[in-house]
Amino acid sequence: MSEAREQILNTLRRGLKRGPVEGARRAGLEARLAHPPRNVIPARARRPHFEQRDLFVQMARNAAATVDPVNHPEEVPVAVSAFLDCEGLPLELVMAPDPELAALPWPEEPTLHIERRAALDGDKTTVSLAFAGIAETGTLVLLSGPHSPTTLNFLPDTHIVVLRADRIVGAYEDAWDLLRARGQRMPRTVNFITGPSRSADIEQTVQMGAHGPLRLHIVLVER
Amino acid sequence: MQVTSQTFKSNASAALRDAALQRALKNLKAGFPGKRAAAIAKLPEFDALRAAGRDLKDHTLEHLDFYLERFEAKVIEQGGQVHWARDAAEARHIVLDICRAVAARRVTKGKSMISEEIGLNEFLETHGIQPVETDLGEYIIQLRHEYPSHIIAPAIHLNRDQVADAFHAHHGPYGFTERNEEPRALMNEARQVLRQQFLSADVGITGANFCVAETGATVIVTNEGNGDLTQTLPRVHIVLASLEKMVPTLEDVSTLLRLLIRSATGQEITVYTTFSSGPRRPDDLDGPEQFHVVLLDNGRSGMLGGEFQDMLRCIRCSACMNHCPVYGAIGGHAYGWVYPGPMGSVLTPQLIGIDAAGQLPNASTFCGRCEEVCPVHIPLPKMMRHWREREFEQHRSPAAIRFGLGAWAFFAKRPALYRIATRFGAWLLRRLGGREGRIKHLLLAGGWTAWRDLPTPQGQTFQQQWAARRGARS
Repeated sequence: MSEAREQILNTLRRGLKRGPVEGARRAGLEARLAHPPRNVIPARARRPHFEQRDLFVQMARNAAATVDPVNHPEEVPVAVSAFLDCEGLPLELVMAPDPELAALPWPEEPTLHIERRAALDGDKTTVSLAFAGIAETGTLVLLSGPHSPTTLNFLPDTHIVVLRADRIVGAYEDAWDLLRARGQRMPRTVNFITGPSRSADIEQTVQMGAHGPLRLHIVLVER
Repeated sequence: MQVTSQTFKSNASAALRDAALQRALKNLKAGFPGKRAAAIAKLPEFDALRAAGRDLKDHTLEHLDFYLERFEAKVIEQGGQVHWARDAAEARHIVLDICRAVAARRVTKGKSMISEEIGLNEFLETHGIQPVETDLGEYIIQLRHEYPSHIIAPAIHLNRDQVADAFHAHHGPYGFTERNEEPRALMNEARQVLRQQFLSADVGITGANFCVAETGATVIVTNEGNGDLTQTLPRVHIVLASLEKMVPTLEDVSTLLRLLIRSATGQEITVYTTFSSGPRRPDDLDGPEQFHVVLLDNGRSGMLGGEFQDMLRCIRCSACMNHCPVYGAIGGHAYGWVYPGPMGSVLTPQLIGIDAAGQLPNASTFCGRCEEVCPVHIPLPKMMRHWREREFEQHRSPAAIRFGLGAWAFFAKRPALYRIATRFGAWLLRRLGGREGRIKHLLLAGGWTAWRDLPTPQGQTFQQQWAARRGARS
């Protein structure tokens, strides 16, 4: 298929009335890729951090996620337990095999049955750890990896996501900066998730719970 | 798919008489424009973002060869493969070869207009591979053997009772024997039926809203989560993308996302925005084993440097059709091919030829609403005029139009004769209108008088009035 490739590139260059990009022009493009300039950032995404936390909660709730703030990481297991109870869900969790999640005091909730693996069909509730939250639209950022299988985000009926408040940023661009600052290669998949699954394909009426989770529950760890 | 753009006029007449379609189109008019306006009202920077979006798309198009090559290199670096396809046939064969190499029997699909453009479903079926659409709207129309009537709401031409009939006819084998008509229950049925398809598919095919040169990621936006199940569960993920989906960086994608979603559904952002690059990594617990991107040209490369280059800025939000009085009156199928509405009227003649699609650039009132709402400022009416000019130059316009324009030009080039003729015309029309001042039947204007009376001229011609006013002023 390299013949197709050459032909397409040649047609493009003929239209642009030039050969391959070279010299200073190429250096300019390389620099733009190496240090991506920001375009317009909405004012609401440029507020101070404590306001971003509130905006995140408000926007996530607008998108039909539920948000449960807890003060300390140690309170996450009891909050998850209470949520399952309250919603009448089975006390069974499939959890991302993430060390930060594993370090939480789950044994203090002995009635919870926890498996650490990727999701399978029939799993009711999964738990993931968010890499970041974006206040601008109440969006969670989840990264794929050995500690965070992607199927946990899509197969269950209920998806619980633990988010640390200090990981909330204002704009999408801030999340990219955070991701680049990890100093590792980009993950295979970056998932932006804003509320539970829905569709308006029948008569333009929004119905919740299309193919992904019917509920998105965020446990927000304030400190 | 069968192109029916040639018979646009009769398609449109049929659409206007279709009561079920007219009922369904009310949902479009009641929904999209209001939601878009409300979303934009909440973002004061929207106009600044539109300018930024236009500029960054222009920048990308000016260097499209560079960004395509970089994207390709990045995909390969992540362990994926890139396939270049000059036309629809080449793209279909690339997909078939990938499917055959893994002995695929069933393919799940996320929503992809490129798949419609290359007629992938029929092709896979004739080669013994079962394609299953998983976007709810696409699934409904696949069951009905139809094609999308809208680029983001493919089943917008249907009412719930038609969906209920389709499900009732097909879902018996899955244990759904009752006929449901509630949207909630219908969606639940689709969720359960399609879940089995996701789990048993060998290959997942998605489109791409963007391809990011910086990272080699392809981006899809969905509300249902079907695209993610499509690309995560099967062994092979194939992405279908056309050349102009290219965007330099994640920052640039962020700008376009802010424009795209508000212009499309009026949401702040879709539920799922997914950036994916390459197959699963050695330590990953899930994800596809193979990752392929098919880059489709199909006539787009020839648009660079010409009068239709700006059309390559299009991010397929559908705002132009959602605000178009013509689309709103007849729906998408009347346009006769994959892309309806104003963006389709510009793109379709380029992709399938002016022979087949010549009527589409004429399907416009030139009200300018499409350009007003376009998130990347594409001058759609101007480009439709370009096509009309080409059509006229190539002697393809209908004889009646050519005769009419010719006759008008004859008089317009002879001012004295023009003045006499228009005065005579105004006088004649007044006589024909009689005391009522209305004409009920008029030769050569039956299309008008069949539906409404023609009011008669009330006084002097425009030129007479103009001359009189100039005289009064000086």
